[in-house]
Amino acid sequence: MSKHFLRKAAFIVGVFFALAFSLVPFLLFVSSAFKTQSQITAIPPQWWPSFSLEFFRSALKNYGIMHYLLNSIIVAGSTTLVTISLGAFSGYALARLTRKWAHLILMGILACAMFPQIAIAAPIWRFLQLMGWLNTYQGLVLPYVALTLPLAIWILTVFFREIPRELESASLVDGCSRFGAFIRVVLPLSTPGLFTASILCFIYAWNEFFLALLVMTDPARQTMPVGIALFQGEYTVPWGAIAAASFITTAPLVIMVLLFQRRIVTGLSAGAIKG
Amino acid sequence: MASLAIENVSKRFGNVVALSRMSFRVEDGEFCVLLGPSGCGKSTFLEIVAGLTIQDEGSVLIDGRPVENLSPRERDVAMVFQNYALYPHMTVARNLGFGLRMRGVSKAMIAKKIMETAGLLGITELLDRRPRELSGGQRQRVAMGRALVRRPQIFLLDEPLSNLDARLRVNVRLELKKLHTQIQTTTLYVTHDQVEAMTLGDKVVVMREGKIHQIDRPEIIYNKPADTFVATFIGSPVINLFKGTMTKQKGRFILETRDFDLESMPDGLDFGNGELEIGIRPEDITVSREPEKGLRATVEMVTNVGPEKYVHARVGATSLTARAGKEVSIVNGEIIYLGIDPSKLHLFNEGKSIRGR
Repeated sequence: MSKHFLRKAAFIVGVFFALAFSLVPFLLFVSSAFKTQSQITAIPPQWWPSFSLEFFRSALKNYGIMHYLLNSIIVAGSTTLVTISLGAFSGYALARLTRKWAHLILMGILACAMFPQIAIAAPIWRFLQLMGWLNTYQGLVLPYVALTLPLAIWILTVFFREIPRELESASLVDGCSRFGAFIRVVLPLSTPGLFTASILCFIYAWNEFFLALLVMTDPARQTMPVGIALFQGEYTVPWGAIAAASFITTAPLVIMVLLFQRRIVTGLSAGAIKG
Repeated sequence: MASLAIENVSKRFGNVVALSRMSFRVEDGEFCVLLGPSGCGKSTFLEIVAGLTIQDEGSVLIDGRPVENLSPRERDVAMVFQNYALYPHMTVARNLGFGLRMRGVSKAMIAKKIMETAGLLGITELLDRRPRELSGGQRQRVAMGRALVRRPQIFLLDEPLSNLDARLRVNVRLELKKLHTQIQTTTLYVTHDQVEAMTLGDKVVVMREGKIHQIDRPEIIYNKPADTFVATFIGSPVINLFKGTMTKQKGRFILETRDFDLESMPDGLDFGNGELEIGIRPEDITVSREPEKGLRATVEMVTNVGPEKYVHARVGATSLTARAGKEVSIVNGEIIYLGIDPSKLHLFNEGKSIRGR
């Protein structure tokens, strides 16, 4: 009885610490975003904000974050769209290929994902310069697709493998073409996998900083993370505005993940249970 | 409605020969059962007929027309899969209508055909449900319906009853037979279950390891098995099979086995080298307590299956199974006498039936 109680208590305390450890920095900037200028520099620090929207106003007006947001949406959105379309086709092909070959190719794809960004940064920059794609959306979308594709292919391959071949055979006999079977039967049954892969790609492209800084030197094309980083002037660090802008950047992701929570969980645990 | 002809079809996967020179015909409206143990290539064969797999050699002809270059869609066959393969994201109605939609049939016509088929199979009240909300038996009906609704030229069924529980299987088997008499579509039915083959088939094709062993009506397959494989594969309990030698003594043929002799009445048959395998079905052996009625045997075990009992007894070192009536009370260790009628013997030389030669 007491042993059981102790175990449960230890569990709760452990979970609490893990949660606090990951959430505190996040909560700190959320609270900062809703403070006033005097609250943010107060000593001792004030934990509970006054829910002032001053910093949001400043971020929107003085720093014009809306166009960064728009750039981010365009870049992350197109990245996701392109990655998922390519990933779906490749994943399907790999799922239906002989195991041995599929395995080799998948390992190759994984190897590609292992290059450190800094190693590929220079060639990417040279390539984009040659193409005249610096400071263009496609100039950022292209490397993002290259970087997110391996993950998307892996997730989708595993997912498509779970779909019984009999279903495809049935649709072929029913009169579908191969492509028709893919579109009408395989894809609709893979929505959890498509969701998971999409969200992960979107988050990657949405948060990516290094390449965005490298490729987009023109403020008109910069994405949110770069925009926020450039808030600071030579002598000032506008913490409040940065916190507010970060809040605006993060909120859509959190809402999206919460909304599609159930589907993502099924997506990540695919293969664990037979449907 | 169409006839189906298979000519010398072979298929290999790497080094494994899945099918080797298969040839047979299914007449228009005939119910043909492909019977064989698991892994004998039956399902591969069905996929070849459907066009899902392409054979390495030989041809498949539907109504005399070779279909090698036709896609599954163009072959106009319908298939019921072992695991039903219902589209999980569609309602029953949409599952039924899928094939018609793919073929561009008008909406009104599709609705009409769905209702017609659902009525025939008694699934009208399930039309709005999804496959996961159905029981095994209901899923099986929907799978049948999806194949039926198109009125295909040929109906292919891949072990459609194997996922049903025993009692349901018997019912659905009867319904299937009734359904076939109603619609008279040429049917190729794959199973490893001999009872399904015997009860459903107009014609049974027995195969093993990609080879056809016998093609005939069910009763002939049972009464005159072409070889020892067919003899042992069909019939439950399994046929008694033992080795023996045929010798001619004083103008009479005597079958000598290790433990006993049998007088045989052959009729100008070719016994080859005389080394035979002798088969006798359990129901062709009589069980008696009177010594003059046959071979002296010791009872080892009695199995009671309800309508009858099977006596497993030993004559010397040879084990024999015989059928006894349900009222017979025999106990283990008892001495009984087994009567074997020579005319009921199946004789095989080098695995092949002597009658068959």
